[in-house]
Amino acid sequence: MHPLSPDGLTVDPRDRGGLLQPLLIARGLRKHFPVKGSGEKTVKAVDGVSFTVRKGETLGIVGESGCGKSTLARLLLHLVVPDAGELVFDGDLVDTRELPVDALRRQVQIVFQDSYSSLNPRMPIRDSVAFGPFVQGKKKQQARDIACEMLGKVGLDPDVFGPRYPHELSGGQKQRVNIARALATEPRMVILDEPVSALDKSVEAQVLNLLRALKRQFNLTYLFISHDLNVVRYLSDRVLVMYLGRAVEIGPIDAVFERPRHPYTRALLASRPSMDPAQRIQEAPISGDPPNPIDPPSGCRFHTRCRFAEPPCEKTDPALGVWEGSQPHVVACHMHDVASGHSRLAHV
Amino acid sequence: MTDYFSVISAKAGIKSDGDPTLALDPHLRGGDAATRRQTEPVYEEQALPATRVRSYWQSVFYRLRHDPVTLVFGAIVLLIVLAAVFAPLLAPFDPFKESIVARLKPFGWRGHVLGTDELGRDMLSRLLFGGRVSLLMGVVPVSVASLIGGMLGVLGGFVGGRTNTAIMRMMDVFYAFPSVLLAVAIAGAMGGGMANGMLALTLVFIPPMCRVAETATTQVRALDFIEAARASGARTMTIIRYHVLSNVLGPVFIYASSLVSVSILLASGLSFLGLGVRPPVPDWGLMLSTLRQSIYVVPLVCALPGLAIFITSICCNLVSDGLRAAMDVRM
Repeated sequence: MHPLSPDGLTVDPRDRGGLLQPLLIARGLRKHFPVKGSGEKTVKAVDGVSFTVRKGETLGIVGESGCGKSTLARLLLHLVVPDAGELVFDGDLVDTRELPVDALRRQVQIVFQDSYSSLNPRMPIRDSVAFGPFVQGKKKQQARDIACEMLGKVGLDPDVFGPRYPHELSGGQKQRVNIARALATEPRMVILDEPVSALDKSVEAQVLNLLRALKRQFNLTYLFISHDLNVVRYLSDRVLVMYLGRAVEIGPIDAVFERPRHPYTRALLASRPSMDPAQRIQEAPISGDPPNPIDPPSGCRFHTRCRFAEPPCEKTDPALGVWEGSQPHVVACHMHDVASGHSRLAHV
Repeated sequence: MTDYFSVISAKAGIKSDGDPTLALDPHLRGGDAATRRQTEPVYEEQALPATRVRSYWQSVFYRLRHDPVTLVFGAIVLLIVLAAVFAPLLAPFDPFKESIVARLKPFGWRGHVLGTDELGRDMLSRLLFGGRVSLLMGVVPVSVASLIGGMLGVLGGFVGGRTNTAIMRMMDVFYAFPSVLLAVAIAGAMGGGMANGMLALTLVFIPPMCRVAETATTQVRALDFIEAARASGARTMTIIRYHVLSNVLGPVFIYASSLVSVSILLASGLSFLGLGVRPPVPDWGLMLSTLRQSIYVVPLVCALPGLAIFITSICCNLVSDGLRAAMDVRM
């Protein structure tokens, strides 16, 4: 057993920096999409997001629709090229000679939300799964063998399902195929972009359990994007809360869920329906739609909907603290910053 | 109070023995690593009844086989094609042999089953040979246009942006002219003849083919599987080859098949105007043109080339409709 492997797992031969080096470091990622026909205006989809993903962990990303979660996922694979910021994968700067994008894509894969459109309708699913290994240099038959093996790993009999077409499969089955497709190229990290949001609850639980089992089996690191807080809590080790293209809170899953610091996180958590009929939510804890990302509010982006907003919130943009080491749980809120001038300073 | 996930996993058929956390993960179901491994190769979806799996093209043929209208008209088209191909064997007379005495004779006159034309040539033979020209003029321009237009459309649709705008606006310029006018103008500018006629028709059909290919490509390009393919490291050409073409081929083929009859009609029109095939080569459009002065002498004989054009194009259209019904399925 490798001295550094915590749960008896063998260390990946592709591992470079050891277990303590984060698998992925994102620094100041930014993507502004130009709005057609409006001149200079841009949608600030992702606006300076920094975080790290540790080896073997699952980092959950939560936030409302339109807060930039999916764009962030695509930025990490350079499917959308970031305007600014850098990505470091296991110590190598992405999109430089150290780690070209092609090499990154051998180690990171993605599963999309829409299981229907993520499979080619004119291709048997076995070939869809085999496409990745084939593109990455495997022989056709070899790639097909890998595909059959992967289909088996996700609980689909390759002899029965291999030659089928996507329209002959249920939503849950298609999502299993998508997971098999993502894993066929033996990635080290898988980005799961709302993989269970389109599934009904029973299938959702099956797929989540499958994801857990596969993570253990293949020693994977997950970046799990969802708007479903229960699902995120079930699967993640740490969580990043996004609001309007910014990271507002990052921390260990239990800390964030039990002691949320950012008013937005609190509102999100309070908006979960309770299982107890006596504790029905009478009033929405957060009202209104998120502001327009073309023209986000000044200062703290949440101040337009925040119950605790004060003048400093409108003026200065709260910074997200440095999160590693002694401060695993950080938040971008003036109430947690002694120097901010906010009257309701929380215990930091 | 019931745990959120234990409710679900019970429905999903995952066994839980009291402790809800055990239900969450199949690997936690007690025991050591050895017993864990034993329970591994169970395909959860194995129990489903095995249905016959058809590939896309197999399913198309299956639907075609169960469509009597398309089958009947397809058979007629096949007959016309065979008649044209084997014209030298089937024709009772030499289609070029003129005779002063045998001009404009009615059906059945001295072995001329379908009569003779204004130069005394056998109508049946000329119709059989004329079919060769008409079918060629129907198929060749459409095929070439599908190839060129299809490639331009896929390129524009996939690359998008300025390249696409440039290609599609260029096509719009051609679109501005009615197709008949455009064909006549091009053929007129280049002079008559079969080759020029084909070239003119090809140019007429490139813009619509390009547009169909572009639309299909744009639709496919937005889907996640293209993004997934890119995420697995595939290059643009590989993605086009394996993921785009298979989705674009169907719509392009359906549209092309519907253009065959249009092409036959346009080619006949060009010949009628003297811009297509030159006499004495037998061609339905040309025959219609030269026989039109004799319409009061032998009306039935004069109507024959028109009838041939009508039957061929309507059969092609109906077969094309059948193909559309069989192929244009949302999967």
